[in-house]
Amino acid sequence: MKTLINIFRELAGLFIDDGLFALAISVVVVLAAIVAAIAPAVPIAAGVVLLVGCLGVLLGNVTWETV
Amino acid sequence: MAPAVSAAFLSSLVEAVEALTIVLAVASVRGWRPAGLGALAGLASLGLIVLALGPLLDRVPLHALQLVIGVLLLLFGMRWLRKAILRAAGVIPLHDEELAFATGTAALREQAHHGTRLDWLAGLAAYKAMLLEGLEVVFVVIAVGAGRGLLLPASVGALAACALVAAVGFAVRRPLARVPENTLKFTVGIMLSSFGVFWTGEGLGVPWPGADLAILGFAALFLVAAVAAVTLVRSRAIEALP
Repeated sequence: MKTLINIFRELAGLFIDDGLFALAISVVVVLAAIVAAIAPAVPIAAGVVLLVGCLGVLLGNVTWETV
Repeated sequence: MAPAVSAAFLSSLVEAVEALTIVLAVASVRGWRPAGLGALAGLASLGLIVLALGPLLDRVPLHALQLVIGVLLLLFGMRWLRKAILRAAGVIPLHDEELAFATGTAALREQAHHGTRLDWLAGLAAYKAMLLEGLEVVFVVIAVGAGRGLLLPASVGALAACALVAAVGFAVRRPLARVPENTLKFTVGIMLSSFGVFWTGEGLGVPWPGADLAILGFAALFLVAAVAAVTLVRSRAIEALP
């Protein structure tokens, strides 16, 4: 059982290392989904939110590490 | 097709090196029997998982599959890229396969010293390494290949990487420390993050300009952002020195 729990933890660790970082990426995806839902006439807007958001989260997180 | 094959190949190269390092560490301390049996059991479990879950992929709606895989790919790829940036900037130490090999063998020797049931534990270590790293390879293959009919080319890329690492690893019988792991992870992180943005967007119904070619544009943007981040973080780290 303990081995299974450890394996599950390691599997989750494949995707979630820094909890705040994973949360920020998830927030960006949710924001993009909201934009896609409220502005279906401009579908590219969701893509812009997604791309700019992901780049922003990456830059923000790594620079935060040195503060 | 080429980006999918190369993403699968490079990602699998990194995972295969990590798995082989642990298997070789086990083999060098406890011999090839527990290491080989553990690794084979890990491969068999992996095969069963793929056989059991693989056919389900066809039954999932395409947009849902693209969205789920895209988000997982974003979490997975950006995690790699973040670590690679911090390693390149010197904020966290480089991952050294020689060190991982030495640490693994030292831990197993320590257990031997305490008289634990080593063969079983050693086999379990090899099993876990093979299963977990193998699952990462399977995930990457599904992520870059599913939904676009590229599962076969992505699988070929992944298998080629695993075969290459296995052949070189068993020939030299040492961890492949000369593989520039952080450079590979940097590259793979950029590719997987780009695929992640693309798939997530497709799942949300975004009509990307240039269709699949947009992935190359995303990769260029992630590369520029990552290089800028390394420069910025490195200069900040130097300024912070006493």
